[in-house]
Amino acid sequence: MTPPVLEVKDLRVHFLLDEGVVRAVDGVSFAVHPGQVVGIVGESGCGKTVTMKAILQIVEPPGRVVGGQILFRKDSAPPVDLTRLSPKGAAMRAIRGAEIALIPQEPMAAFSPVHTVGDQIIEALRLHERQWRPTGPRLSRHEAREMTVDLFRSVGISMPDQRVDAYSWQLSGGLRQRAMIAMALSCKPRLLIADEPTTAIDVTTQAQILNLLRDLQRRHGTAIVFITHDLGVIAQMARYVVVMYLGRVMEQGSVADIFHAPKHPYTRALLKSIPSLHVIPRTLLPTIAGSIPHPLGRPHGCPFHPRCPDAIPGVCTERVPALRPVGPQQLASCFLYHRDEAAER
Amino acid sequence: MARYVLKRLVLLPVLLFLFSVTVFAIVQAPPGDFLTTYVATLASSGSSISAEQIEALRREYGLDRPIWVQYIRWMQNVLTGNLGLSLEYQRPNAELIGERLVLTVVLALFAFAITWIVAIPAGIYSAMHPRSALDYLLTVLNYIGVATPNFMLALVLMWGAFAYFGLSITGLFSPDYVEAPWSAARGVDLLKHVWLPAVVLGVAGTARLTRVMRANLLDELNKPYVTTARAKGLPEWRLVLRYPARLALNPLVSTIGWYLPLLFSGSLIVATVMNLPNIGPLLLRALINQDMYLAGSILLIYCFLTILGTLISDILLAWLDPRIRLDEG
Repeated sequence: MTPPVLEVKDLRVHFLLDEGVVRAVDGVSFAVHPGQVVGIVGESGCGKTVTMKAILQIVEPPGRVVGGQILFRKDSAPPVDLTRLSPKGAAMRAIRGAEIALIPQEPMAAFSPVHTVGDQIIEALRLHERQWRPTGPRLSRHEAREMTVDLFRSVGISMPDQRVDAYSWQLSGGLRQRAMIAMALSCKPRLLIADEPTTAIDVTTQAQILNLLRDLQRRHGTAIVFITHDLGVIAQMARYVVVMYLGRVMEQGSVADIFHAPKHPYTRALLKSIPSLHVIPRTLLPTIAGSIPHPLGRPHGCPFHPRCPDAIPGVCTERVPALRPVGPQQLASCFLYHRDEAAER
Repeated sequence: MARYVLKRLVLLPVLLFLFSVTVFAIVQAPPGDFLTTYVATLASSGSSISAEQIEALRREYGLDRPIWVQYIRWMQNVLTGNLGLSLEYQRPNAELIGERLVLTVVLALFAFAITWIVAIPAGIYSAMHPRSALDYLLTVLNYIGVATPNFMLALVLMWGAFAYFGLSITGLFSPDYVEAPWSAARGVDLLKHVWLPAVVLGVAGTARLTRVMRANLLDELNKPYVTTARAKGLPEWRLVLRYPARLALNPLVSTIGWYLPLLFSGSLIVATVMNLPNIGPLLLRALINQDMYLAGSILLIYCFLTILGTLISDILLAWLDPRIRLDEG
């Protein structure tokens, strides 16, 4: 198997507030292989977006990466630990946008309203010119514009010639997200991070955008980290799934394992709360008992234990379970599957 | 864009008409007229004037006619470019206002330029390094700047310059040039003197503008498009100047319109303290003496400049912000 393009190891991102420390990401590990789509799923506030920002090294203060490694591999070169690079330094900036690109959450607000969308893509193309085209003459503005038109065509934007000169608020939500995808792909990145790319879009357009992403992914072989809270979207897009809760990985495995043989009580509860066509009408949709704790009031022990139906008193309330194998390609952090670990004192 | 500007140009005469009526009504509002004040001044200095003479003067100036007739006569003159005669100085108003207006505008533009050149970079720095030592220092300076009355700052500077450097820094010209006709040398002399009153007039505005720029930019820095631009790999300074700073400026540009007249009227006390030959003291005197055509002319010019300032800021805003430019309505 080829080595992973991205390997996150025990990542910790803390927000140092006056009121205390919020451990937004608290020991997250996963790997992304070339051409693979990895889904990160979890409720709001589970640390999905902060994980994304940490990979790009754009966590805003008072947030800080306080531990762990983010190994990024370019071809056969030894991996670079992104946490060791200065977030504002040239080395990190050369990776950001060129090697790892972002498709942000809200296409509505993700473009500057006072610059044309074309202008913002041309900027990216020219900024990273030496990364995606190491030799040749400097890229002219005109040439960059032609390339942007081609990019627009490839992401299925009609009348690309005119759309290049449009402002984002003149485009529909779907077109805006297509333009955003065009920008993310402009420098031929190795890894795409899609942060809830379809959440703010209506369902029909959502399906089109997902098809487009899948299609582009197959054509370019780009690896994608796909962040969402929508398990339906994950099932369509990802081959490997990471389930997060309160800044920790609860379970990870292939899509088939996660959906058909979920191990962790949290994953099971999540799956149960998806509306289905097969249930008896007019019955209540099962929900997860309780609510997400306050960020400053993290439960002691396993973060999920206050809402967990299977919590083991005296064990889950005291100690934090480690992420350990529960199947050939499946890992879970739960004492239910690690009685030996639970028994240790 | 052309339609946008045209629409505002069409509105200009309508607004000026409304303002002229208001200005005239206000100038006429105090009881009595120029002659009652004139008689009172004469009486206080011991001399007197006969009732016949007063009646003759009143007829000559048209002060015995109804107000609306006086207004129409004034307007007829103004429209033909004649601002009338100052009752007090017995000289054409245009001549009295002329140079003082030029100096007022020069002073205001300098104060305005200083304000923006200092406040915008300071505000950007503060927003990019919130809670840093320099940010705190700027905040303290800003509060002092807002809280200090500008005439007091003028007094302190004048005293300091005189006590420690033996300099007299009042006026806008050296003594040799006060009465001299305009020449290149006089212009240079003006530039040597204008900066201090401009600084005095600009301090409070600079402090306010720095705070507003800081707050606006802090808001913009949290917007998703900044994250997008950062994820693109732009260097931080280039990113801030190109995206959020540009958007943070928009609301400020729309305030230029009322900033200019504020400088004109706000300079009165400073002008008196620093003995500046600008239009403020002239207006004050004209109002006290009920020299109504002079006061009316000055106020009308103020109104015109206000409308012009607003028009300029509207055009600037449309040019800066495509959301306004392209929203044809």
